[in-house]
Amino acid sequence: MQWQNVCSVADLAENSGVCALVNGLQVAIFYIPDIRSTNLSLFSNPVYAINNYDPIGKANVLSRGIVGDINGQLIVSSPLYKQHFNLETGRCLENETVAVPVYACRIDEDRVQVDTRLVAPLRQLIKQGTE
Amino acid sequence: MSEKQTLLVIGNGMVGQHFLATLVKNPIKEQYNIVTFCEEPRAAYDRVHLSAFFSGTSAKELSLVEDGFFEQNDITIHIGDKAVSIDREQKIVTSEKGIQVHYDKLVLATGSYPFVPPVPGHDRPQCLVYRTIEDLEAMTEAAKTGKVGTVVGGGLLGLEAAKALKDLGLQTHVVEFAPRLMAVQLDDAGGAMLRRKIEALGVVVHTSKNTSLITDGEQCVNKMCFADGEELETDIVLFSAGIRPRDDIARACGLDVGQRGGIVINNDCKTSDPDIYAIGECALWNGMIYGLVAPGYAMARTVVNNLAGNIDSSFTGADMSTKLKLMGVDVASIGDAHAKTQGAMVYSYQNGASEVYKRLVVSEDKKYLLGAVLVGDAAGYSTLLQYCLNGIELPENPDALILPSRSDESVGLGVDALPASATVCSCYNVTKGSICSAIEAGCTTVDDLKQQTQAATGCGGCATLVKSVLNSELAKQGYAVNTDLCEHFAYTRQDLVNLIRVKQIKTFTELLTEHGKGLGCEICKPTVASILASQWNEHILETDHAALQDTNDKFLANMQKDGTYSVVPRITGGEISPDMLIALGQVGKKYQLYTKITGGQRVDLFGARLEQLPLIWKELIDAGFESGHAYGKSLRTVKSCVGSSWCRYGVDDSVSLAIELENRYKGLRSPHKIKFAVSGCTRECAEAQSKDVGVIATENGWNLYVCGNGGMKPRHADLFATGLDKATLIKTIDRFLSFYVRTADRLQRTSVWMENMEGGLDYLKSVIIDDKLSLGEELEQQMQTVIDTYQCEWKTTIENEEKLKHFRYFINSDATDDNVIFVEERGQIRPARDEERKHFNLVEVA
Ligand code: SRM
Ligand SMILES: Cc1cc2nc3c(=O)[nH]c(=O)nc-3n(C[C@H](O)[C@H](O)[C@H](O)COP(=O)(O)OP(=O)(O)OC[C@H]3O[C@@H](n4cnc5c(N)ncnc54)[C@H](O)[C@@H]3O)c2cc1C
Ligand code: SF4
Ligand code: FES
Repeated sequence: MQWQNVCSVADLAENSGVCALVNGLQVAIFYIPDIRSTNLSLFSNPVYAINNYDPIGKANVLSRGIVGDINGQLIVSSPLYKQHFNLETGRCLENETVAVPVYACRIDEDRVQVDTRLVAPLRQLIKQGTE
Repeated sequence: MSEKQTLLVIGNGMVGQHFLATLVKNPIKEQYNIVTFCEEPRAAYDRVHLSAFFSGTSAKELSLVEDGFFEQNDITIHIGDKAVSIDREQKIVTSEKGIQVHYDKLVLATGSYPFVPPVPGHDRPQCLVYRTIEDLEAMTEAAKTGKVGTVVGGGLLGLEAAKALKDLGLQTHVVEFAPRLMAVQLDDAGGAMLRRKIEALGVVVHTSKNTSLITDGEQCVNKMCFADGEELETDIVLFSAGIRPRDDIARACGLDVGQRGGIVINNDCKTSDPDIYAIGECALWNGMIYGLVAPGYAMARTVVNNLAGNIDSSFTGADMSTKLKLMGVDVASIGDAHAKTQGAMVYSYQNGASEVYKRLVVSEDKKYLLGAVLVGDAAGYSTLLQYCLNGIELPENPDALILPSRSDESVGLGVDALPASATVCSCYNVTKGSICSAIEAGCTTVDDLKQQTQAATGCGGCATLVKSVLNSELAKQGYAVNTDLCEHFAYTRQDLVNLIRVKQIKTFTELLTEHGKGLGCEICKPTVASILASQWNEHILETDHAALQDTNDKFLANMQKDGTYSVVPRITGGEISPDMLIALGQVGKKYQLYTKITGGQRVDLFGARLEQLPLIWKELIDAGFESGHAYGKSLRTVKSCVGSSWCRYGVDDSVSLAIELENRYKGLRSPHKIKFAVSGCTRECAEAQSKDVGVIATENGWNLYVCGNGGMKPRHADLFATGLDKATLIKTIDRFLSFYVRTADRLQRTSVWMENMEGGLDYLKSVIIDDKLSLGEELEQQMQTVIDTYQCEWKTTIENEEKLKHFRYFINSDATDDNVIFVEERGQIRPARDEERKHFNLVEVA
């Protein structure tokens, strides 16, 4: 089991986030169609998935944050205390040692799919970051 | 070695050491073998901060000598050895221990000793003085067995000594010969105020008292008898009756000394023997002994320059202004405090209640400040000192400088007004110019500056001024707060308002494509959303706007620490019927919400889950409530007092007006939240003077106050217009608010907006009341548009399927957040704390 269908594109919120329940995990999915008009991401992937839990505010809120870019990094800003998390690496911009899990996410036809195994290179980072 | 001359310094006190430290930085030091005699058992220490010894500062921490200073600079120091004679013929100084040193140049820095009046009994046990670390040790020792301590002398030092005695736990008295405390610095009124303050601290003050005898006490070790027949039992007697220069060794070798002591020096600090200098408290310049460090340091620098052949540098007197904290009471005296100058004029301000006394002495033409006295509040010291020292012309009404009303900054002298030559730190003679150069060379903090320039490392009195210079210079060098809104827009909020208005821009995407870059962020998105709302007033959850909103706006509720929300329905003017209260209670009960009365006269319901918000609001709206905009940067509440309908003092109907105003401006989006209040009479039960807009009823109509603030930095509102009828009042508020919405910065309350406005309140009046910019009508129209397009955001939301989609917790499941856990407290819920999540059995309410 890898890619799982989560919802349709119409369920997503443009340039904003929603939360989905995938394998018992709360996954924040951000849909950023505007990414195509920027050079922020190499692949111009319009969807990003991270865990919904804000490790600093200690609540499941990241899907409700504002998305955007800071210093060329694609970010969501936590609605609680406004720290920025990089949507591609999970890293917190304000605190190097904090990161959130990042999952693979894609749009297949009209279906939004998530693979909740951690994006490979990040596993290590999160281990370092949270230990 | 042998061709070097010998420079001998007698005395290693504060000034002697400053001389050495200055000398070794000058190339001239290479020409000398340097030798110094130090009578005390330790090298120089900070006498100014001597009292800190009592609060635990060690002798080592008080030291003024850096580790290895003497070794590294090849200075021979004879510690614990006193120079006893000078042979000027042979140029030889002999010490107590028999060491003889031949000198080429001699510097006397022997300081002074505390004067002990020759009262019979002055040498009895526990009769002490206060000058050296050893003196302090003796005091501490005596305090162990004593209960009562008395200071003889109510001057600066005496009061400091009194504090020390008090801190040692003794019942403390101060006995002063003159009729007031600090007779040298203060006038009668200032002295009286200081006395009250010091007595309030439990120190007994006796003025006009002449001690005639000290003898055996009955309950205490000593008894003091006064000329007027009164007596005072005390264990410790601490003399602090002035200082006397230590000139004996100079006198003995025939140097000129003053009639009342002091080694006479000229502007080069040379004594009557051209090879001998004298500096510090032992020196008499122009008939003056300076009992402060700063002038001593200036003399030390003069001698170094003189040795180096720099003849321009001479000592020409020093400023005796002082500021200090005596037992927690701020006291400052500047220049001619006693108005002795011909034609001098005096302004004084006295506030018995808050125990503040201030006095300004100005020149006959009222242009220049000659002196000042501050007791109880010395905040204006730096500013006043600069006016005085640099001869800066005073503002038109000099009394504004000491009257309270406005905040200190507004009347303060901007540091920019200071010339580069202005001395900022008089201890180390650091000018504004040299601070600026240090900043240019890379200093960015006060600590850097202390290291580089020594400013603020002496008495510390100049620290605030140093900081202001730093801030202002950094700002000028472009460290200034960049006024760009964020990295996506190189514009201020005000620029964006204008772009949006003029180009009729309706969406964020449009604005970003044409005037910005990137995707945006949590700063520009909500800011632009707010501007768009105040211009075009479309529903904030329209597709184009929803993603821009801060989470509170996006879900029309305030997010709490655990990710749940609070619900605040509008209760206009704080008026609510029993039926509405019951309805509110029923909703709270049904959804098991925590209920609380807010500080804004309404009810807050906490603990609503995201997916419950529409359900809760549907019920509230059905019951007749509407959104309270507690989540928005918008009008919050219009607080009211009950006013003339019920209150026996009420002058007008404050509740009706509050309700009308709240209904008029509800929903208006603004740079920050806006709060109003209306009081029915001047008793002001609604606290209108702490609000952005405050209205108070008077016999002549409504008085309007603006730009008040509670919160982090409270500010009293300013009276804006008086005796208004309702129509004029509303017109004025319309204009005021529209102008604020247009021109303020993001997250700037009206108070800060006005304070940062060039021209301040007067300018604001000229725009709003006199319509100087001919904007009046436009501003009113803008407000009317917003009023006409008002909708209850919640009502529209629950009627719209698309908008309701936002409120699903999971897009693919009906489950809810299992991390939201409540516990019970006083019969209501609250979020579980971290420890409770781990260790306790939790009640889940859902
Ligand atoms: C609920 C309430 C406290 C209470 O239990 O009484 C409250 C709660 C909050 N206040 Fe307040 N303030 C409340 C009255 C006040 C008052 C008193 C008043 O309005 O008379 C003040 C001082 C008056 C003033 O603002 O001038 C006040 C000064 C602040 C400030 C500081 C503002 C400032 O200019 O310094 C903040 C922070 C901010 O806005 O940046 C703040 C922010 C907040 C926030 C929004 C903090 C946050 O982001 O979570 C709180 C969330 C409210 C919520 O979840 O519903 N709150 N807050 C009060 C709601 C009143 C209402 O009915 O709307
Ligand atoms: C408690 C207290 C608080 C004060 N607070 C302030 C303040 O807030 N602001 C301010 O400006 N000033 C203050 N002063 C005054 C300040 O300390 C003096 O102005 C300063 O110390 C003068 O320096 P000086 O080197 O001339 O004298 P001193 O520091 O007294 O140094 C003279 C040294 O020479 C030694 N000496 C004398 N004769 C000989 C000899 N024959 N051979 C060898 N050594 C000798 C002495 O033992 C002494 O160590 C305060 C003083 C005291 C005691
Ligand atoms: S402010 Fe005036 S009208 Fe209002 S309650 Fe107080 S006394 Fe009555
Ligand atoms: S004035 Fe004393 S430290 Fe600057």
